Amino acid sequence: MKIVVLVKHVPDAQFDRHLNGEGYTTDRDESILSELDEYALEAALQLAEARGGAKAGNQVIALSMGPAGAVNAVKKSLQMGATEGVHLTDSALAGSDAAATSLALAAAVRHLGAVDLVLTGMASTDGETSLVPAQLAERLGLPQVTFASSLTVDGGRLTARRDADTYSETVEAALPAVVSVTDQINEPRYPNFKGIIAAKRKSITTLSLAEIGVDPAQVGHAGSWTTVTAAAERPPRTAGTIITDEGDAGIKLVDFLAAQKLL
Amino acid sequence: MANVLVFIDQPGEALKKSSLELLTAGRALGETAVALNGDVHPAVAAAFAEYGVTAIFQPVAANLDDYLVAPKAAYLAAAATAAGATTVLLDNSPEGKEIAARLGIKLSAGVITDVVAVDADGTAHKSVLAGSYTTAAKATTPVSVLTLKANSITPEPAPAATVPETSAVEVADDGTAAAARITSREQKVASGRPDLTDARIVVAGGRGLDGDFGPVEELADALGAAVGASRAATDAGWISHDAQVGQTGKTVSPQLYISAGISGAIQQKAGMQTAKVIVAINKDADSPVFEIADFGIVGDLFDVLPQATAEIKKRKG
Repeated sequence: MKIVVLVKHVPDAQFDRHLNGEGYTTDRDESILSELDEYALEAALQLAEARGGAKAGNQVIALSMGPAGAVNAVKKSLQMGATEGVHLTDSALAGSDAAATSLALAAAVRHLGAVDLVLTGMASTDGETSLVPAQLAERLGLPQVTFASSLTVDGGRLTARRDADTYSETVEAALPAVVSVTDQINEPRYPNFKGIIAAKRKSITTLSLAEIGVDPAQVGHAGSWTTVTAAAERPPRTAGTIITDEGDAGIKLVDFLAAQKLL
Repeated sequence: MANVLVFIDQPGEALKKSSLELLTAGRALGETAVALNGDVHPAVAAAFAEYGVTAIFQPVAANLDDYLVAPKAAYLAAAATAAGATTVLLDNSPEGKEIAARLGIKLSAGVITDVVAVDADGTAHKSVLAGSYTTAAKATTPVSVLTLKANSITPEPAPAATVPETSAVEVADDGTAAAARITSREQKVASGRPDLTDARIVVAGGRGLDGDFGPVEELADALGAAVGASRAATDAGWISHDAQVGQTGKTVSPQLYISAGISGAIQQKAGMQTAKVIVAINKDADSPVFEIADFGIVGDLFDVLPQATAEIKKRKG
């Protein structure tokens, strides 16, 4: 099997995150591999291992689009066990919205030849739009299976389970397909010492827009179909009244709710 | 006036509040048509007239529900063209966003999700980076696709009722060819509580509950609230994953959020910091949640919650 996993280098949510500059793009200092993409990578590794792993010709290609630092998301993926890495980087990509991002990623996936499966996380932890998997599927003319909480592949078909608030469903699709997975699907592995050493010997291919045949005018701020016209940092919440329970805190809580007209 | 198309999927016997919000938002932008999937119950037809809908489109294909989103996006693209729509509005559910995503590519239209307000010129307002910024965004394309968060605006009927015309729309075959088929669906047991994402009040519990969600559920029921949970509580299997609030779970912005036995790590804060009022109960006075709580109680939740529940019941008679 040839599986492409989309991995995104995102600002670490443990720290304050900021929008900068004219286009209000995300400040990417202190970035890490998006936590939600680790589940997609783990799912890919498990599918590949179940088929005999790299020795049997299974490929797990970690693909990241982003500035220089984004290669770190690819490196972490290689340490976890991806067989090769691809870093799509070009200054013209800065400020791409979901539509422009999916256009560039679709061209990059096509550039990699026939692929059985494209796996992604359920959303990025920065933009959080969850639009890219569906837009990528639409651009590639493939079925999409989103929010998969389990995934099996048998022959040319995949079966996935999806859980919504009021129902659970099983879906089937023919390969190739685009699948996004939730954080319920597995427990991602940590890179071990062996994986970290092995990663140093794996290749990372760097691709530019010219190499994948995308016109720079189709991506970035220029090629995006949406634009951010204003952004304001929300004033930080400040602490209110803090009391220590002296046996009547439940009553005081209800008094507070009544005063706020919330009862 | 712009033409606005509102997608309403399987309304059943009455329109949901979130659908009425979409129709109200649509009317502020222009003449509003509805692309419907499903039957028109008399109460639904009456609501369309009351909310000023001028046209109703229905798909010729009847099996859109057998597939994941792709055929619905194909249908909506055809309906948008038939309606001459310059704005398409959908709900902000995961499925609404995915249909919007594919529709955006089909129509070469900019898509904006998580919208809480729309100006007459199409500028959409939303929160980003887990509520730490508010932004205004606009599609730069002739058509825009917006998904509107529930509870963002107050539904209001039109000043004058309309008599909408109904017409059928052919759905292109390519919609189903590249689609995943739904092979089975099981309904979950309804809790009787409000949906977490739409609830006016949320009572959430975490590690401090030590496996016993009883006090949280009892307070939630006394307040008519939804029950939420931290990731620690869902990972421990104390409550279903559906209840998880936070970075990798649901983002909620209720009027009141009561956090019990949750330390308030940043991922948890991310899920609820747009709540209007935050109440926190925790044994540990150093918990980060107290930094953002409007009312904080340092104490044992197994004393505080039952006492509050009893007091609410007493006052409500």
